[in-house]
Amino acid sequence: MSHQKLIPDSPLMSEGIALVGNPNCGKTSLFNALTGSRQKVGNYPGVTVERKEGFAVAPSGARLSILDLPGTYSLDAATPDEMVTRDVIFGMVPGEKAPRVLIAVVDATNLERNLGLVLELRDVAVNTDTEVILALNMMDLARNRGVELDLESLATELGFSVISTVAVRGEGMEALLQEVERLLQKQPEKTKRSLNRDFLSKKPSPQEIQERFDEVDRILKLTLSQTLKPSVWTDRIDQFVLHPFWGFLFLILMLTVMFQSIFTWAQFPMDWLKQGVGETSAWIGGHLADGPLKSLIIDGILAGVGSVIVFLPQILILFLFILLLEDSGYMARAAFLMDRIMGKVGLHGRAFIPLLSSFACAVPGIMATRTIASRRDRLTTILIAPLMTCSARLPVYTLLISAFIPQRQIFGVWSLQGLLMLALYLGAVASGLIAAFLIRKSVMQGPRSPLLMELPTYKVPSLKSVALGLLERAKIFLRRAGTVILSLSVILWFLATYPKPGPMDPVDATRPAILYSYAGKIGKTIEPLLKPLGFDWRISVALIPGFAAREVMVGALATVYSIENQESNTTEDSHEALAQKLSHHWGLPTALSLLVWYVFACQCLSTLAVTRRETNSWRWPAFMLGYMTVLAYLASFITYRIALGWGI
Amino acid sequence: MPQSLGQLRKGQSGQIVSVQTDEAGIAQRLMEIGLLIGSHVQVLHEAPMSGDPIVVRVRGALIALRRNEASHILVSPIG
Repeated sequence: MSHQKLIPDSPLMSEGIALVGNPNCGKTSLFNALTGSRQKVGNYPGVTVERKEGFAVAPSGARLSILDLPGTYSLDAATPDEMVTRDVIFGMVPGEKAPRVLIAVVDATNLERNLGLVLELRDVAVNTDTEVILALNMMDLARNRGVELDLESLATELGFSVISTVAVRGEGMEALLQEVERLLQKQPEKTKRSLNRDFLSKKPSPQEIQERFDEVDRILKLTLSQTLKPSVWTDRIDQFVLHPFWGFLFLILMLTVMFQSIFTWAQFPMDWLKQGVGETSAWIGGHLADGPLKSLIIDGILAGVGSVIVFLPQILILFLFILLLEDSGYMARAAFLMDRIMGKVGLHGRAFIPLLSSFACAVPGIMATRTIASRRDRLTTILIAPLMTCSARLPVYTLLISAFIPQRQIFGVWSLQGLLMLALYLGAVASGLIAAFLIRKSVMQGPRSPLLMELPTYKVPSLKSVALGLLERAKIFLRRAGTVILSLSVILWFLATYPKPGPMDPVDATRPAILYSYAGKIGKTIEPLLKPLGFDWRISVALIPGFAAREVMVGALATVYSIENQESNTTEDSHEALAQKLSHHWGLPTALSLLVWYVFACQCLSTLAVTRRETNSWRWPAFMLGYMTVLAYLASFITYRIALGWGI
Repeated sequence: MPQSLGQLRKGQSGQIVSVQTDEAGIAQRLMEIGLLIGSHVQVLHEAPMSGDPIVVRVRGALIALRRNEASHILVSPIG
């Protein structure tokens, strides 16, 4: 039998390796341990499933390409994730060759179930030239809980190599890679058999599944001499965390801490970034001659991109929480606790964390819906995520509330301003739930997908995994800011700056320069449409750049009301000046109407862009924009009319 | 006398005697996650207020599922 000669340092791109395993078996930790930061994230063609590829360096020096396939309980796939795993293994994904070696990752503390998938993979190995290795992960935990496993006889029973690993400590990686290399060097012993289509499409009957696990039990009887004791710590923690009263209270406490951290801890880095952007602006202002280029850079690019980058700390902090919760195992418990309540409006328990994330920013929130397996449940969650009051709305809320709501106390305790803010938040949540309910009754009908979810044993979160996760999300966020927001900011800057007023055109308080620009003309054109809501042409104009990113609205209003942004003024000063001006120009009905508009309107291109990416279609972002605009219009209209009617 | 797992209360346990399916093919999903005939299953937790969904221990793992999903599993109660 001849062996292929491995040339060191040459990428073995044509021979793929993939990690397969149950959810929660530590597959991702193993992937990270093998590939480190040499990872590439993309999408599989035609589906919204993440494709994770990484590169490991084998003991011989060769580069190995490894795919981290979505976790699955069996090859009989029920969700898009699981279908991808099955399709990749069988070579049914266009452009993706079937992997030559499958590393079956098994949680050694969960053998009774994990081995089910392994036996299915054995079938694949027997019928094709795919090779299988078993990576017996979490062996340290298993030993601590009393497991005694005869690895050699297990390997004999299964018919392939068994390597014990502790992925979080990087143990066993070399042995694993060595074995992978050995298998890659093997010439296929059987002629390459094209996979039998019947073999693939046959859905196993309950009888067959029962037989499969009877075989698992038989193998374990032979090889396992001491069975697993339950995890003491997990049980103890769950007594508290899943307690009907204390557990629920703990969840509320968790949420409070999360929100606090976003609004307070994020403040310091956010202010630092704001200052940085401001100083860059000032520096460029000092070094460039006045003219279109300077205006483009400062008012267009820096203003647009800068206002979005400022949110990076908030987003990272929220994600830090979410990743820690996920990695520790708590998140599954949160989904369990919330499932019933969310079910009342047709949402899946797993939608809880993505919707929570959306309170900081809907963009990572929508990305987080990937944990929701069913397309219908996932889409519903994505569609209502932007209704959760995101942090970018706060500058507008703060401005309008401080300008129009008196600093009075109700009953000497509650601040009127604070109450209105709370009402805006709660109103948003209520509208989200109602929207979900209606969506599930119309465009997304049907029952919820099953909960059927494993609660993993608790573990101390791996800082390495969390750090890698944060890095990945930061990259995605910044890349989007750099593309969508940048191009839109430039276009909007152009529309708001040109044409400039001619030498004969009067420019004064009621006719600022922006009136003569394209944006001004568009604003004037839209004005009749928005007049029923109490919006004049200036608000209409400000809404145009405000469409790209909500925070830009305040700056746009300042421009339209000709608040000069002198270098001597701080941002707070010009905001105060703006608040003053607005309180004189607008009535309370207009202010309330604009607040309500802001609760509902989809004024965020990043949200639409990420929705398009996550749903792989233009239909859903279009629907999102459509329904939110209709909602905003109606709500604003009603608010304005009622406020006028009350004569306030 | 077999009961459905969906009917068991916190602390109760039983041995699975059969897994019924529906149009969605839920039996396969229940079995693949470890709810197999002959396995011992115990209800460990019930969700706040409504007591639904529940958390059961089966084959060494903790599984959360709704009572209507659990109703597909018939058990013969122990103790």
